[in-house]
Amino acid sequence: MALATEERKRLEEKAHELRSLCVDTVVWAGSGHIGGSMSAMDIMTILYHKYMRIDPKQPAMPGRDRFILSKGHIGVGYAPVLADLGYFDKELLKEYNHTGSPLGMHLDSKKVTGVEASTGSLGHGLAIGLGMALGARIKGESWKTYVLLGDGECDEGAIWESAMAAAHFKATNLVTIVDRNRCMIDGPTEEVMALEPFADKWRAFGFEVIQADGHDFDSLAAALDKAALAEDKPVVILADTIKGCGIDFIAGDYKWHYGGFDGEKTAKAKESLARYREARLAASGAKGAK
Amino acid sequence: MSGMTFTMLDATKMSTAEIYGKTLCDLGDEHPEIVGLSADLAKSTKIGMFGEKFPKRFFNVGIAEQNMFGMAAGLAKTGLVPYVSTFAVFTSMRALDQVHTDICYQNLDVKMIATHAGLSFGQAGTTHHCTEDIAIMRSMANMTVIVPADGIETAHAVRAAYDRKGPVYIRINRGFDQTVYETPDYGFELGKAVTMHEGSDLTLIACGATVWRALEAARMLEKVDGLKVRVLNMHTIKPIDAEAIEKAVKETRRIITVEDHTTIGGLGSAVAEVAAGTGKSFSFKRLGIPDCFSIIGLHEDLLAHYGIDENGIAASVREMMGKDFEADENWEDEV
Repeated sequence: MALATEERKRLEEKAHELRSLCVDTVVWAGSGHIGGSMSAMDIMTILYHKYMRIDPKQPAMPGRDRFILSKGHIGVGYAPVLADLGYFDKELLKEYNHTGSPLGMHLDSKKVTGVEASTGSLGHGLAIGLGMALGARIKGESWKTYVLLGDGECDEGAIWESAMAAAHFKATNLVTIVDRNRCMIDGPTEEVMALEPFADKWRAFGFEVIQADGHDFDSLAAALDKAALAEDKPVVILADTIKGCGIDFIAGDYKWHYGGFDGEKTAKAKESLARYREARLAASGAKGAK
Repeated sequence: MSGMTFTMLDATKMSTAEIYGKTLCDLGDEHPEIVGLSADLAKSTKIGMFGEKFPKRFFNVGIAEQNMFGMAAGLAKTGLVPYVSTFAVFTSMRALDQVHTDICYQNLDVKMIATHAGLSFGQAGTTHHCTEDIAIMRSMANMTVIVPADGIETAHAVRAAYDRKGPVYIRINRGFDQTVYETPDYGFELGKAVTMHEGSDLTLIACGATVWRALEAARMLEKVDGLKVRVLNMHTIKPIDAEAIEKAVKETRRIITVEDHTTIGGLGSAVAEVAAGTGKSFSFKRLGIPDCFSIIGLHEDLLAHYGIDENGIAASVREMMGKDFEADENWEDEV
């Protein structure tokens, strides 16, 4: 079902705020994984602001939905999402990467409230998420586990071990989402290590594949609604995204996997994000008018 | 022993892994939050006994150890207590990134019962020998490392692992182990070495399969050579019983460690780390597998080959006793 106009607008505004806060965080941190943060931001926004059953005031609430950021290197993108929700003081973002700060490049679940698993070594998140989903099943609990994978991360063999097991154990309470931004550190995914036919690989491993536009909230909502109906097979949402989405001078450029912004670049990034917000809102308004 | 549903006599008829499987079944009755995982080695490791008894609480993940340890971390995060079993070589090396990052870093309640350790799967060849795991596992922060000497001690360790918060690595052998205890009520305490034989001339510090051999060597040396050799069963490698080591250094001044493991980084190194801090001079030797990939053969033969069977241990004791190191003019008693 398409989103209501107001809800779509709310999500657009929130995603813009979070992108902007992520740029600030990169500046405070000195540098960070800006490209992959921007590609994943709409996915994290819709999960945390529409789909997940959470209460930032009770971060350990037993029935909460779980989110595992398997592409753990985008801490500079994820920490702003959590801080903005009130899991911890936003002021802490200003100390990101500083010696002794709880916030570093890869977030530590023991130090950062709201983070469900310490990730960073790629290929681990799906197994952890699967364990959580099966734990919920054993305990007869109804919460869901969402795992966000990077596409380059899917080169790791461990991902496919977990995929095989998720299908074997019929983990329908696990929702896997791939941030398909088609870039990795050394170049485009299809040049460094080809993933295509990517959807077919997931299907062959026993998944139901849902394609989505990772920068369109209606498309993501339709995918997540469909994922909630999984009965027999686990679901993977392949979300097509753009690395660096919203910042024109880095968008689509694999070289911006990791980097820092000086004053001039920060201003340019903010201007670009403002233009991107306008464009998204205009597109969103047009949809609403349909 | 509390909760044990078998006798010493039964224990002598069961392989160490069977005792583990049976103990885990008993624990599973007591604690519904215990779950089991294996990677196509449910039968070999005997965790399959738990799987048969509690099929809804057991996952055989196929030959995929990385996924298994990651899943165990996820299960532990929901408040369950996973016992995970595969061969020691796969636990400590194949899936080490998951053990390190998913389990130890997050200090999760995952109990790893690793079988076929050391040279106990001797005929399987070097790919299935595991002579580095103690060194690897004790270097992981938050990890507890236990190397039981026999089946009864394995039962104690498997139970103690449940009560110990955080990750626990228990290293057991393939097949049968010689029984080193006459009664199960010898007072097993995690982190506390057991004095198996009293002595003041020299101390043998052993773990796992070498405890029985060290004990046999001490008995033989007492009868034949009149030597009083102390034998410590250092079943817990981490946290190590520093007090027992310091006492042995001060009272016997000669220490030989014996392990079915490389001499680099294992029991011998752990003992050396403590002993070196005593400020006492002492004579010291580490017995184990030297810096090499082990040869193929029967466990018993391999232990003899590397000088860690009773005869090899006795020979090392005699050699050290024959050295008049105290006459050395550089010998400094106290630092």
